[in-house]
This record gives sequence, structure tokens and C-alpha cells, in this order.
Amino acid sequence: MDAFTLAELIRIMRECAGEDDQVDLDGDVAEVDFAELGYDSLALLETAGRLAREWGVSLPEEELTQVRTPAGYVALVNRELAQSGAGG
Amino acid sequence: MSRRVAITGIGVVAPGAVGTKQFWELLMAGRPVTRTITSFDPGRFRSQLAAECDFYPEQHGLSPEQCARLDRVTQFALVAAREAMLDSRIASTGEAAHRVGVSIGTAVGCTQQLEQQYRAVSDHHEHWWVDHSRASPFFYDYFVPSSIAAELAWLVGAEGPSTVVSTGCTSGIDAIGYGCELIREGSVDVVVAGGSDAPIAPITVACFDAIKATSSRNDDPETACRPFDRTRNGFVLGEGAAVLVLERLELARARGARIYGEVAGFASRSNGYHMTGLRADGREMAAAVTAALDEARLPATAVDYVNAHGTATKQNDRHETAALKHSLREHAYRVPVSSIKSMIGHSLGAIGAIEVATCALSLENGAVPPTANLHEPEPELDLDYVPLVAREMPVEVALTVGSGFGGFQSAMVLARDLGPLA
Amino acid sequence: MTTAAVTGIGVVAPNGLGVADYWSAVLRGQPAIGPIPDSTYPVRFAGQVVGFEPDRHLPGRLVPQTDRMTQFAIAAADWAVQDAKLDLSGFDPLDVGVVTAGTSGGFSFGQRELANLCHRGPEHVSAYMSFAWFYAVNSGQISIRHDLRGPTGVLVADQAGGLDALAQARRKVRQGTRLVLTGGLDCPLCPYSLTAQLAGGRLSDRDDPATAYLPFDVRAGGHVPGEGGAILVLEDRAQAGARGAAVYGEIAGYGATTDPHPDSGRPPNLRRAIELALADAGLHPADVAVVFADAAAVPELDQAEARALAEVFGPHGVPVTAPKTAIGRIYAGGGPLDVVAALLALRERVIPPTVNVARRTVDRAVDLVEAPRPLTGSAALVLARGVGGFNSALVVSTRDIVDR
Repeated sequence: MDAFTLAELIRIMRECAGEDDQVDLDGDVAEVDFAELGYDSLALLETAGRLAREWGVSLPEEELTQVRTPAGYVALVNRELAQSGAGG
Repeated sequence: MSRRVAITGIGVVAPGAVGTKQFWELLMAGRPVTRTITSFDPGRFRSQLAAECDFYPEQHGLSPEQCARLDRVTQFALVAAREAMLDSRIASTGEAAHRVGVSIGTAVGCTQQLEQQYRAVSDHHEHWWVDHSRASPFFYDYFVPSSIAAELAWLVGAEGPSTVVSTGCTSGIDAIGYGCELIREGSVDVVVAGGSDAPIAPITVACFDAIKATSSRNDDPETACRPFDRTRNGFVLGEGAAVLVLERLELARARGARIYGEVAGFASRSNGYHMTGLRADGREMAAAVTAALDEARLPATAVDYVNAHGTATKQNDRHETAALKHSLREHAYRVPVSSIKSMIGHSLGAIGAIEVATCALSLENGAVPPTANLHEPEPELDLDYVPLVAREMPVEVALTVGSGFGGFQSAMVLARDLGPLA
Repeated sequence: MTTAAVTGIGVVAPNGLGVADYWSAVLRGQPAIGPIPDSTYPVRFAGQVVGFEPDRHLPGRLVPQTDRMTQFAIAAADWAVQDAKLDLSGFDPLDVGVVTAGTSGGFSFGQRELANLCHRGPEHVSAYMSFAWFYAVNSGQISIRHDLRGPTGVLVADQAGGLDALAQARRKVRQGTRLVLTGGLDCPLCPYSLTAQLAGGRLSDRDDPATAYLPFDVRAGGHVPGEGGAILVLEDRAQAGARGAAVYGEIAGYGATTDPHPDSGRPPNLRRAIELALADAGLHPADVAVVFADAAAVPELDQAEARALAEVFGPHGVPVTAPKTAIGRIYAGGGPLDVVAALLALRERVIPPTVNVARRTVDRAVDLVEAPRPLTGSAALVLARGVGGFNSALVVSTRDIVDR
């Protein structure tokens, strides 16, 4: 099973939630707060919806609201993928 | 002083209660009517709950032609308007028609038919393209929700200004507020004003699923909506309508009309922040409350009852509690605050009007409805939310607040009697 | 009473982006109705906005969450603020409001998500669908973009709603709101939206863009839809003066009525709306330099409008124009665009033409302006009617306005 990567997350977020004009998403953003990247809770939910469809992974709602950074999001996705045995 | 506005008629279509009398009894009983969705199979949805109206349009006086042609949202509005007109005993024909207006709020208009029409023009999902020859001849009326205002104008014989006000979940309050402005400025003497929405359809349920705003307590529908409670986890979708007859106070008194109360103040503000999110401090809702009280020339301490927005989302109930503390200060801790959404759900653009009607009925009946399903408030939510049981008490002044997608915040103050005309 | 002055304009129209390009095209009568790409429907033409690039005109984060209509609205609001030379940071956010008109919401977004729902399943519906298609979205997005926290409103009355929104903004300015962004934008050209309009029965099915939309013409056979609209900055005249802002003109009068049910036997009420607007402005019919007509291009409706004008102004009593023949009817955006044209006509002292209409009907009672004509006077009347019997009339005036 392929692991879910930061690059994949960024690709999906760019596509479904757009990109803040002041932010360089190609830089080192793994540990940057979503708020600083211009992404709000809706962007994270929209991304979660896309992940559910493309990767077959359902992220727990409570934890989704706690995630603060892309690295955290990627870790959450990979944990869920491992637990569910689903993959892209 | 500008012209004053009296409420002289009320009509309500609510989940569990078609008719104002039945509606008030339901509120006083503190009985939630939220349930598993029956109008379609909700099996594939995250939230499978709603507060539905048991609504049989022909029994409520609509013609077979109206039943066939009109979306449910328009049917609700017409039934509520007819009750309100009868209640007010007002006649509006002939030349007086020019002095009558219509202002009806709706957040999502003819959603059910808009979705049905998509199914039709895609040949029941057979095609991704759209085949216009399969559309209903009434599709345009569903497409543009001002058709609701037009139908109401025809029903009541209004030929003054008519409009739909569509500010999301504050539409109902805002439509009544807009109607009051028309009377205060002298454009009309009477406005048939209120709100209607019939959003319980797969598309709406899917939208709220996607943003996880609705309760997913599918195994316990009746207690799913728990405003201010520690265990609350979202709102429950509702539907319905309330329509009021607003009338220039002087004329209402002159004809000896029964007056529920006056709309003493109204204000709307925005949070300029987020389409669905709320700032924790509630400053803009507080600003709306303060402006509405200023217009009413009443101090915060005059408020006897607050009808809360109380959706039972984590975010809303904190936001609103903060807003009430900012605007009413110490008085916020003394005044009873309750959410009827605990019983009849959140009917988007209708609920604001239903809540104004609730305030008017509180003035009239000397009682306030409870917040159902509230057993253990969240610790920071420390106001008197009238848990579980209605309270008999004189209400001279009632405040209702609303908050909607788009950042809209509205407040309206009703007063039983502001004294003689100046 | 407070005078509500227009100090900024942002336009997105089929014949131009920005107020300067729009006005120049309107004055030249430049046609901007073109074929709808790949239309398989019995409506071939529309007034389509060209050259609008969401990625260039909008913050990147807003593009995926907005319908084209809202993208227009956000850009138009930005341009209006720039045009008014406004520094909004100098205002208390609670003193600045937004009032827009909606008609049918954002249905290119809505159609896509309905398709996702019906063909793929509920979990495929976008989180942004919770607001991207609803009628309030433009007011919400504009208020958020500029952090405006004052009174907000959204009115829906089909094509009449755009004027109602401007009038409501004027009420708010009079009540003490320092500044209001107001207007309307629409974009009803996706297949679903066209299908709804076809059911409404007022679209033209002609196969020549030059004869597709011909109000007041013997060949009138419905209208061409269009996309776009305008946002205006409205503020107290004295404040505008104090901050050195140039003033286009004022919203001087307004009247709105509703027609009785067609079967009632009672007369329609457009005339009354006009009379109310003139009285509100404190003007006589003779003070009106030009009327921007609703111009439905449905024979009965054209006749009703001609009759109302003749009753108020006398036969052939006032120059009448309908620049919308070059861009189509734009619903919530139509009224605000006509108001912009009316303000500029007063300023430039020239009446822009109604294009294409050549074989006039209605007993020639209407003095239709077919080529640019000099304008004398300082007030213009703008009319808009909506399906369902909504009549709105708005008077704009440049009384006492020094040239910009």
C-alpha cells in the first residue's frame, strides 16, 4: 500500500481549496499552521471529502478539528489508512 | 418619532404543529419532534434526522392546482399567510391594496423542486447533460424564489412593494425587519412578513453533512438537538413557515385590532469573517442587539426573555452566549434564554420568523418556551437556558437573535405595549 | 435628509470590464451578444463576459469556493472600492454595510454539485455547496473580503431586485450607516439555468444576434439572457465631500409596486411605481431627462411599459433608451448596470442608444433613442420589472454635482 505524502496533500488542497496568493506551498510547509497557509476549517473538510473519495479513507471528525499542520494531516491520513487497510 | 409597527396576526406551519395554537401548545409541552427523515431514504447520509412538518396542503386550504404547481416552501408560506390574515381580521382590497406590502424570507427557496428538476432534466440521472424538454413548465418559478413573494402578494391582494429577503439563516428576522422599515418610512400601512423554507432534501442534507454541521445522533432522533448542552453535536434540519401581519400601530388601534405587541427595534450586522465560521467573541451579534435595543429606546434590563438562535453546534452556542453577555451585561445572567430549535429543528430562512412569532406569543400568553434536551450545560455556558420545562411569567419585552451563513447577525426586540402614540 | 451619493462603481459586463470600458461600449452601442458555445437549446445567444480571469481578478483561495456570479461580485466590489479611492481601514467596520440583489443563486456551481449528488452520491457534494449557490452568497463574500460588519441585506425580486437593493442601501445610509456597497451580479448561463429560463417562456429563440432581443419592436420575441452586473459605493454626500471623493450622482428617488394577479381585472402598477419614485425625488415628469426602460421584449409587457410612460410623461414625452439590447437582460445585475449608465449619461450629457431596434411598435408612443443624443437635465429614471409582477423605479440625479 502506498503511503500518503505531503506532496499529495498539497496537490489535493490546491485543487479543491485553492491557494493563498501570499503563500508558497512548494516551500517547506509541513510544520506550518494551516491558518498561516490560508486554509480554514472548510478547506480541511473539503480536503477530507476528497480523500474519502480518492483514497477511501474516512477521517474521524473530532481529530480532524484538532489537526493544525500539513504534517499532522498526513500522519492522520496514514494512520487511518493503516488501520482500515484501504489505499489509493 | 417614526411610525410604530404592531403585530396583529400570526400564522405558523411548524414541525409537529400546523397552526399557531397547536404550535404554542407544542412549545409549552417542551416536546421535541425531531425524527428520522421520512420524506426520502436517508440511509446514505451522515445525518439522517430532521424535524418534518406533517403537512397536507389540500387539508390546509390549497387548491389542487396550487398543490401541483407550487414548491413546498411556497405552500408553507401561503398556509401561514392565510392563517395570519384571518387572525388579524384585516381586509385588503381595492385602493388599500396599494398600501399593503409583502416581505418573505427564505434561505434556499424552492430547493426540493430545484433538485427534482435536476433529476428530471437529467432523465433520472441517465444523462450528465441537461435536457430542457423534460423540465416542468413551472421550473422558472422554482429557479427564482421571488415567486414566493408574488404568490403571497396575490393571496393577500398586496400591490405595494413585495420582495424576498434572503440572508441565509437570518432571512426570517430580516424579512420582518424589512417589512417594519417599509411601514416606518410610510411606504405602506400593512406588510405581510415572515419566513419560509422547506430544505429537507438530499442536496441540503449532503451539504450539511459535508461541513459536519448537523447532528449525527441517528440512534436517538428525539434528543438529537441539544442546545447549550455539554453533549451537543450539531443542529437538526427543520422546515416550516411563520407569517405575521405587521400593521401601522395607529391604524391597528383605530380599527380595534387585537395587538400581540410592537416590533420595537431591529438591526442586522455582519461578522466580516467567514461564510460559516463565527468569531468567538460574538461582538457583531452584540452590536446588532445593542442597535435593536437603541432603536426600541429600551435598556438591556428591560428584556424579559431572549429567544436564542441556539442551534446546538459547538460554535454557535458559545458565540451566542458571549454575544448576550456583551450586549446585556449583568442582565444576561438573569434573563431566561431558550432555544426552540431543540424541539422543531432549524428551518434556515423560516426559523427567524417562527422565533419572532414565538416572542409575540410569549408576550400574549405570559410564558416562555423551554430548551428541550438540556440536561447538563457546558460549563462555560452559564446563562439561564430554561431547561426542559416552560415557564409562566409576564413578558413585556422579548428579544430574538439570529446568525447565518455569510456572517449575518440579526436582532429584533418586541414589546407588548410601548404606551400611547406620541 | 441625508443624500445618498454614488462615489464608486465596479462593473463586470458583457461589453466591458470596469466602468470606463462599459460606458464607452454603451455609448457606442457596441453589440456584445454572441453565440452560446455548443448550445443545444432553443436559445442561441447571450451577453457573455469576455476576458474575466478568476485567477487574476480574485484571491486564489476564493476561486474554488465560488460560482462565476460571486467571482464577478467580488471583483466588482474591489473595483468599486478602488474607483471610490476608499481606504476602508479608516472606517469602523460596523459602519460599513453590504446590500445586494440575488435572483437565482450560483447555479453553475449548483448544477455541478447536483450532478455529483445524483450521479455519484451524497459524499461527493462539496463542502462549499453549503453556501456557494445560495442567494445570500455575494453579500457574504463581499463583506468578508473587506471586513465589513455593518447592516447587510439580500433582496430577491427577479429583475426588479437590483433596484430594490440600491434603494435599501440608501435607507441604510440615511439611517446612519456611513458607507454601503450595493448592487447585483448574476450569471445564469449554465445549461441548468438556461433550461429554467426556457421554461419561463421569455427567452428569444432567434438565430441572429442582431434580431434576438428587440424590445418595442414589431419583431419583439423575448429577450437574450446576459451575465454580469455592478457594485456601487453609496455614502452620505457630506461625508463624500469631506473625504474629497468625487461624486457620480445621488440616488434621489425610489418607488416599488406589485402587479395584481393577471386574472384579477385590476390594472398593473408600473405607472404607480414611477409616480412614487418621482414624488420621492421631489421631481416633476418634466425634470426627467431620460428613461432607462425595463424593455422586456414581450409584446404585452412592452405595451404596458409604453402605456405607463405615456401616462406619466405624455405620448412621446420623454427620451427612452434600453442599452441592454446590446448585452441582454441580466436579472439582478440589470438594474445596477442601467443605473451606472444613467449616472454617466447625466454626467456626459448624452443619451446612449438602444441598438438593433428598427421597426418600432406601440404606436410610436415611445421616443426611443436609437443613436446617441444630447441630454439636457440632471435626472434619469431607471425601470426594472420582475417576473411575478415586481415593478421598481429609481431616480438618479446629478443636481448640484460638480463635474468629476
